[in-house]
Amino acid sequence: MKFIRHLAETLLLALLLAAVWPGALTRTPYDRQFRELPNAPVSRQFPLGTDELGRDRLSRLLYGTRVSLLAAPAAALLSTILAALVGGLAGFLGGWFDRAAVAAIDLMLSLPWLFLLIIVRAMLPLNVPALLSVLVTFGLIGLLGWPSAARIVRAGCRTLRCSGLVLQARACGLPKGRVLLKHVLPNVRPILTAQFRASIPIYILAEANLGLLGLGVADPLPSWGNLLRPLESGLAPDWAAWAPLILMLLVVSCLYLTQSSEVVVR
Amino acid sequence: MKHFLALWGRLSTCAAVGYRRPPGRLTIGPQLTKLPHKAALLLTLAWSAAAATGAPYGGELRFCLYSEPKTFNPLLVADTSSEAIRYMTAGVLIRVNRQTQELEPELAVSWRVVSQGRGIAFKLRQRVAFSDGTPFSAEDVAYTMRTLLDFNLHAPTADSFGAGGTAVHIETPAADEVKLIFPAPVAGIERLFDQVGILSSKSPKKEMASLGPFYVAQYKPGSEVDLSRNPYYWKRDAQGQRLPRIDTVRLYIQQNRDMELIRFQRGELNIMSAVSPEIFDQLQARMPAAVRDLGPSLESEMMWFNQSPKAPLPAYKKLWFQSREFRRAISAAVNREDLCRLVYRGHARPAEGPISPANRFWFNAGLKPHRYDPKEALDRLGKAGFHLQDGQLYDAQSHAVEFSIVTNAGNQAREKLAQMIQQDLKRIGIRLNVVKLDYSAIIDRISQSFDYESCLLGLTNVDLDPDAQMNVWLSSASNHQWNPNQASPATPWEAEIDRLMQAQGSELNPARRKAWFDKVQEIVSQEVPFLYLVTRNALVAVSPSLQNANPSVLRPQAVWNIEMLALAPEVSKK
Repeated sequence: MKFIRHLAETLLLALLLAAVWPGALTRTPYDRQFRELPNAPVSRQFPLGTDELGRDRLSRLLYGTRVSLLAAPAAALLSTILAALVGGLAGFLGGWFDRAAVAAIDLMLSLPWLFLLIIVRAMLPLNVPALLSVLVTFGLIGLLGWPSAARIVRAGCRTLRCSGLVLQARACGLPKGRVLLKHVLPNVRPILTAQFRASIPIYILAEANLGLLGLGVADPLPSWGNLLRPLESGLAPDWAAWAPLILMLLVVSCLYLTQSSEVVVR
Repeated sequence: MKHFLALWGRLSTCAAVGYRRPPGRLTIGPQLTKLPHKAALLLTLAWSAAAATGAPYGGELRFCLYSEPKTFNPLLVADTSSEAIRYMTAGVLIRVNRQTQELEPELAVSWRVVSQGRGIAFKLRQRVAFSDGTPFSAEDVAYTMRTLLDFNLHAPTADSFGAGGTAVHIETPAADEVKLIFPAPVAGIERLFDQVGILSSKSPKKEMASLGPFYVAQYKPGSEVDLSRNPYYWKRDAQGQRLPRIDTVRLYIQQNRDMELIRFQRGELNIMSAVSPEIFDQLQARMPAAVRDLGPSLESEMMWFNQSPKAPLPAYKKLWFQSREFRRAISAAVNREDLCRLVYRGHARPAEGPISPANRFWFNAGLKPHRYDPKEALDRLGKAGFHLQDGQLYDAQSHAVEFSIVTNAGNQAREKLAQMIQQDLKRIGIRLNVVKLDYSAIIDRISQSFDYESCLLGLTNVDLDPDAQMNVWLSSASNHQWNPNQASPATPWEAEIDRLMQAQGSELNPARRKAWFDKVQEIVSQEVPFLYLVTRNALVAVSPSLQNANPSVLRPQAVWNIEMLALAPEVSKK
């Protein structure tokens, strides 16, 4: 099991390096359209061929990987912070704040997030550069993804509120804020870490869903979501067109493998 | 022998009609009505005779509708699925032949335009009955027109005859004559009757009683619509054989085009309409005999700039979009040939203007698509005060030229078009932000909030006559997308288009109408309120087992001659 975990981590690291420095593997800009070479087969110039508009598939895959691999953890971090804030305060303070937070969590969980994303995105300004669209897309995913994690954090904090260490800290006269920051949150850190790690593959898939609907990262910037679009019709010209899907499955599997292994190891 | 077979054919039809004789005037061979078993015998013999002529009878035609039909009332049709069903079930007085685009008599044997274009008089076909046996007469036409023009019905077709609630004067001097007089002349009045399915004023089945080749036999919401042959259908083929040849039509409600493709390849479907270029090429490789590229369709893709004064845009951007030179420059910067080649795999052509060459009469053959010429684009921009600096275009006030284009998410072809335009404009220093929104958000922006800069959408001309485009070209119209609902024309050229459209709308002489509408097309080509990009080809797939198929670019494409279609004997026996 340890071997599988190491293998998964090595693969993730290698992919991350390739995504951070795509220039090491390709010099072709991801948005350049070689219009005389649409759907070109695999060649030395284009190791994964070209797409329908003549763009280098490898270059787009690497830059798309960068978008997904860097932005999804950022979105996961955002949602985890929000979950810690809302869930932590609700569980620790109790009373009206807890009731309000639970109502907000229930409301957010009952909303169909995909439609919510589509609606929120439709209300945003139109003149958003492609790079900013990455922040907008993943920011929205992060902002809408906190409720389920907040519920778990809240449960953990409620348990801790009545625990001996918190009672002792309060009996010593420590203010509530300090008790929360110094004693409660450190004790729910494993929950937050697990939530953070579990969110990454979920957000990768969420962006892929949005991208598949054409509502994700703006063109011409690639992401795994919009790279999957040619597969939508099931009429992909060749095997290289399936590379984004294979890579996405590989990354999501590796992320889950590292998590599950961690539990076993522990 | 030929006469003999034709006689048998007629006898068989009489027998079939006689066996289910409706109450009323339809009296054919009373002796046969008393002898149903003889009728059945004659029918069997006629079937054998028909088989001997080589035209197979029977069988089930199967194809897909891509959305749920909204209505079966022929007067309320507004969606393509209901339109296809109306075409196959409803009887009309005059039919536009989808191949020749000429008018042909259907339930009206003749007609003449009267009262300086304000009216039309029909001589109706006799001995015709609805699918439930109710006889057809002038009363039904009168009833249909009264119902159609009833303001409370909100029938989409009524708008073509004038404003809703138009008071029409109807005379029925005889059972086979009807005269309709409208308050004002109606341009191309005859063609409008192609869209008017005649209802029965007496049938207890109301709008479900049909005069077309089929009637709706069964509807399973979300699944299928089944049509059965109308036993009283009046049309015969050249040999006098009864029509339609096919017994039933099964219309699957199927939105997934990939599933449709799989079923077509398995032989479970006979027709695929509006095939995408990708599917067309795939089918061409596997079933070359099944696919047909019919050439330019009536569907085109276009983009336009928001010129509405109500738009919440910076003043300098409004100035760009209102500049003719700016619009012409953008048009010259777009490589339409590449759009056709890459996005539509060659199954499209650069668009000339608002009317496709598929519309034979109204197309202005003098127009040419705007040439791809980045140098011309930069020259025009220079004339309008723009300048290029370090690869970035700036206007006279040194604003970097950047704007967004909205298009509907999920339409891959349009997304690719937008990406290619983005690349083309980058060459002249313009940054284009492509924004994909869901359709309702786009409609809200282009018709309510006007919060957009440019838009890329498609256009389908369902009606060949330009009078149907009044709601686009008149400056006061709501679909005058670049600047809708104007109190008075914002520019001299829009005033000129208003004048020409109104002139052609009240003129009866087709040649004069054509000359005026040609002028409208020329103005649109010069001023480019819409940048017409490509005209898509009509692509269909027809199973080789379907005989007499002669698809047309006009809807309903492969089934426009539904009554003549026949299935190969081995298929029809299944």
